[in-house]
Amino acid sequence: MPTKTYAGKTVEVTDEGFLVNPDDWTEDMAPEIAKEEGIEELTDMHWKVIRFMREDFKERGQIPSIRRMKNVGGIPTADLYKLFPGAPAKKAAKIAGLGKPEGCV
Amino acid sequence: MKKLLILGAGTAGTIMANKLAPVLDKSEWEITIVDREEIHYYQPGFLFIPFGIYTREDIIKPKRDFFPPGVEVIMSEIEQIMPDDNKVKLSNGKILPYDYLIIATGSRVNPAEIEGLLDGGGWRQNIFDFYTPDGALALAKYLKYWEGGRLVVNVAEMPIKCPVAPLEFVFLADWWFTEQGIRDKVEIEYVTPLPGAFTKPRAAKFLGNFLEKKNIHLTADFNIARVDAGKNKIVSWDEREVEYDLLVTIPTNMGADVIARSGMGDDLNFIPTDKHTLQSKKWENIFVIGDATDLPSSKAGSVAHFEAEVLYENFLRAIDGRPLLPKFDGHANCFIESGFGKGILIDFNYDVEPLPGKYPLPGIGPFSLLEETRMNHWGKMMFRWVYWNLLLKGSEMPIEAQMNMAGKRQ
Repeated sequence: MPTKTYAGKTVEVTDEGFLVNPDDWTEDMAPEIAKEEGIEELTDMHWKVIRFMREDFKERGQIPSIRRMKNVGGIPTADLYKLFPGAPAKKAAKIAGLGKPEGCV
Repeated sequence: MKKLLILGAGTAGTIMANKLAPVLDKSEWEITIVDREEIHYYQPGFLFIPFGIYTREDIIKPKRDFFPPGVEVIMSEIEQIMPDDNKVKLSNGKILPYDYLIIATGSRVNPAEIEGLLDGGGWRQNIFDFYTPDGALALAKYLKYWEGGRLVVNVAEMPIKCPVAPLEFVFLADWWFTEQGIRDKVEIEYVTPLPGAFTKPRAAKFLGNFLEKKNIHLTADFNIARVDAGKNKIVSWDEREVEYDLLVTIPTNMGADVIARSGMGDDLNFIPTDKHTLQSKKWENIFVIGDATDLPSSKAGSVAHFEAEVLYENFLRAIDGRPLLPKFDGHANCFIESGFGKGILIDFNYDVEPLPGKYPLPGIGPFSLLEETRMNHWGKMMFRWVYWNLLLKGSEMPIEAQMNMAGKRQ
């Protein structure tokens, strides 16, 4: 399993760079992962998304979908795409130290 | 008397009734099946309607022709499931208590989920779906007189029922416009939220090559935000635009409304289900099968059929107080109609992506996996007979529920 070092801590990651164990994640890792995803600075809005994802994951054991972030987290989908351009669900999950959202077949 | 209640008499619910009715002791068990619709639709046939290959008559039979004797059939809407009280309430207020519940309420398209799709003025004018009989029939009428232009086929979001059907649609469209002599007047564009033509890498590449060969343009990673029906264009969340003259949409797929009303589903009304045993994650005496589950497998008839084999065994174990077996492996098997009398076949599960080889007999076939052949096309066309005469009746089929690596090449 490949490893990466964020905020001075070495963690196991998947081939695509998602943390293997969400419990390894600490908030000070997020800005460093974000930079790798092309996001230079995490704003309060970014943090609102990251914290919602972490809490929801803790509660349900599942990475919230974009629809859930809208319905339950109150985060408009258009905002998500602006905050995490390209693939918001994937990028936000990665920065939040969660696994890759389960691809649907 | 113990009561088994089955909600939904589509592919999965009908198979379960047919499998369980003959083996449950009639002096101990009452089986009831509830559905709101008298007609059973052969859903794989919807694809062929827009191109005049099938008519409505070709895809319908009365549901009542497929229920086994001794099963009580109730035709009604379901108002609410009350899983903590082991009761189901029908729309007329009647309460059905149960000891065990099998939920097979399926999934359906919900065009209202996308802004401007249903309410923008283009719906059934130059915007159509083919996942409903009405949509497919309306599209057939429209295509008959269409003189050409930009045909855009858009998958709104995943998961969708039968994830290969939109690809089959563009393959068939390419063939059909060629037959009509207007292929040079039609541009075909396939617009999908996936990063490629399909979900699984090897099949995505294989099917992507087909798109190219057939001069069908692929626009990937497109997450639709809205339809601008006034200007005939679809717009993604990251503000990319695709113009169309004719839009064929595969709208958001969602589980039944009753699942939402009962508070049993996820954000798309799919029910959290153990992906190997098919037991509800929350209620021990509830099983979920077919499109109604939240399993990371394809939503398709073949999957419902393979699940039925596992659920049959697990249901009998459950009522005998035995532990359930985690035997469902996500097995799916899909014929992909590729146009000009040919077809492709893919066979895969949770862990193994579609691979080339022969099926169902290793080395022999007669069908070829991840390859385009005439025999595969005949398999697809024959399947309608198999569906009505064997599959729905829960008959033994010469294929295993679990995916088999024999006959596949890595």
